[in-house]
Amino acid sequence: MNTPDNLKYTKEHEWLKIEGNVAYVGITDFAQGELGDIVFVELPNLNDTFTQNDIFGTIEAVKTLADLYIPVSGSIIAINNNLESEPELINSDPYGEGWIVKIEISNIPEIDALLSDVDYSNLIG
Amino acid sequence: MSYIPITDNDVVEMLKVIKAKSIDELFDIVPEKFRLDYENFNVPEGYSEQEVFSLLNDIGNTNYAAKNKTFLGGGAYDHYVPKIVDFLASRSEFYTAYTPYQPEVSQGTLQYLYEFQTMICELSGMDISNASLYDGASAVAEACSMAIAVNSKRKILVSSTLNPNYLAVIRTYFSYNNVEINILDSKNGLSDIDKLDTAVDDETACIVAQSPNYYGLLEDWNDFTKYKEKYSDLLIVGVSDPQALSLIKSPGECDCDVYVGEGQSLGNYLSFGGPYIGLFAEKQKYARKMPGRIIGRTEDVDGKEGFVMTLQTREQHIRRERATSNICTNQGLIALRCTIYTVLMGKKGLPGIAEICFQNIQYMAQEISKLDKFSLKFKNTSFIKEFVIHTEHPVSELVSNASKNGYNISPLQGDETDSLILLALTEKYNRANIDDFISYLSQYNCS
Repeated sequence: MNTPDNLKYTKEHEWLKIEGNVAYVGITDFAQGELGDIVFVELPNLNDTFTQNDIFGTIEAVKTLADLYIPVSGSIIAINNNLESEPELINSDPYGEGWIVKIEISNIPEIDALLSDVDYSNLIG
Repeated sequence: MSYIPITDNDVVEMLKVIKAKSIDELFDIVPEKFRLDYENFNVPEGYSEQEVFSLLNDIGNTNYAAKNKTFLGGGAYDHYVPKIVDFLASRSEFYTAYTPYQPEVSQGTLQYLYEFQTMICELSGMDISNASLYDGASAVAEACSMAIAVNSKRKILVSSTLNPNYLAVIRTYFSYNNVEINILDSKNGLSDIDKLDTAVDDETACIVAQSPNYYGLLEDWNDFTKYKEKYSDLLIVGVSDPQALSLIKSPGECDCDVYVGEGQSLGNYLSFGGPYIGLFAEKQKYARKMPGRIIGRTEDVDGKEGFVMTLQTREQHIRRERATSNICTNQGLIALRCTIYTVLMGKKGLPGIAEICFQNIQYMAQEISKLDKFSLKFKNTSFIKEFVIHTEHPVSELVSNASKNGYNISPLQGDETDSLILLALTEKYNRANIDDFISYLSQYNCS
């Protein structure tokens, strides 16, 4: 299972790649494997603001649907428009081309509550 | 293997557990005088099949209204149903009302539903149709529900020219949902367009407008869709009889977002009110919020064409409480009848039927307006198969009298003046029938 050590993780299987006060958000390799073929991602709008653990979208596989939880509070500054036509990018490259949104973090200390790669690896066992 | 749900030993064991002496004892709570007395239970001796048939025929024959000419409208119409519809729809390969879940054993069913959807799209001018809902009324309410799910607004604007039964179902749907239902006034039988400016605002989720409307009159959906320029989130729900759509500009062409309607008129009998079928089609961009089942065309592993249920993640069994609708089924058998009928009629036949209705009803209107005691309620004569007449004679009395003289007619629903009748006419009736009816009405002239 691929769990890069430069990312932060949530119990809900999102990852956060922090670059200063902005961060990319996606779902983990483990999560995409469990969901199977992803067919649709319901994305938020630009400038929507969320509080940590809010649902910011949904992700649809062929026969299941999962909520997307925002790892830290912030506002949406970019969405991955490629997912509209190629949702399978999340399956093929969950930590790269399959990123979902980019947020501006409004409360940096919230990051401390997130899981490290080791914590997350233990969680998914 | 025989299926025996409960044995005598089971009964004894269960009674022991609940500490009862007998099953009869469980009914002690019902007062004696209301319990069936098996000892003195007098049922006549059985009849032979022939006797039963004759008896039931005699009872049936007392229902004289069943043999009447039916000029009833308001959402259900007495169109002719070609025998081939009954014949094909009752073939055992088709005759199941249940929705197929397994594409590997249901290709025939899935294919006709796909074709049904395609035809509804063509008639309505929309991009995508579902495999049908319960009936026209619930389809209209579902459209409102979807609009609210799409734009998260809490107000619905309904034209007062909408079928009152549909409005009643909308009200039921949103009884406890904190949704405000506003009614747009009407003027001369049409939605009062001048009042739209004040009736629509930023919080309006959708406008519901019917054409031909409840009074049978054609409305222009463009009057409503132009408000989308000002309110970009607003959805316009166009309601219509699919038969009429073969003749008029479709909701899709008028830029409506959703088409809903009652599909009974496509090859289904009046059947005393049901089962009917709800039609629901819309623009592609709302596909993921659409209620009901959707059948899609795909390819199997060998690249051959096949049909499957698609976009199921919208539906309640997957989306659970986040689903926009709790309808996970459709009117399969009625959709089949609609499909057979529409294919049979074809691109010439369908508008052909509507044209005969149009000529019939226009002739009837013209003849009725010549009578002293009867007149057209509205000056506007842009109706296809039904219209409202006004009479000085009390309508309640007239309706009852007409039913004894060979005609089923009905008052306009909601009319408190006892002076309005909604008259509908299909291709089943010809000029001679109409002339007979006019001469029946003319006797009221001298009274």
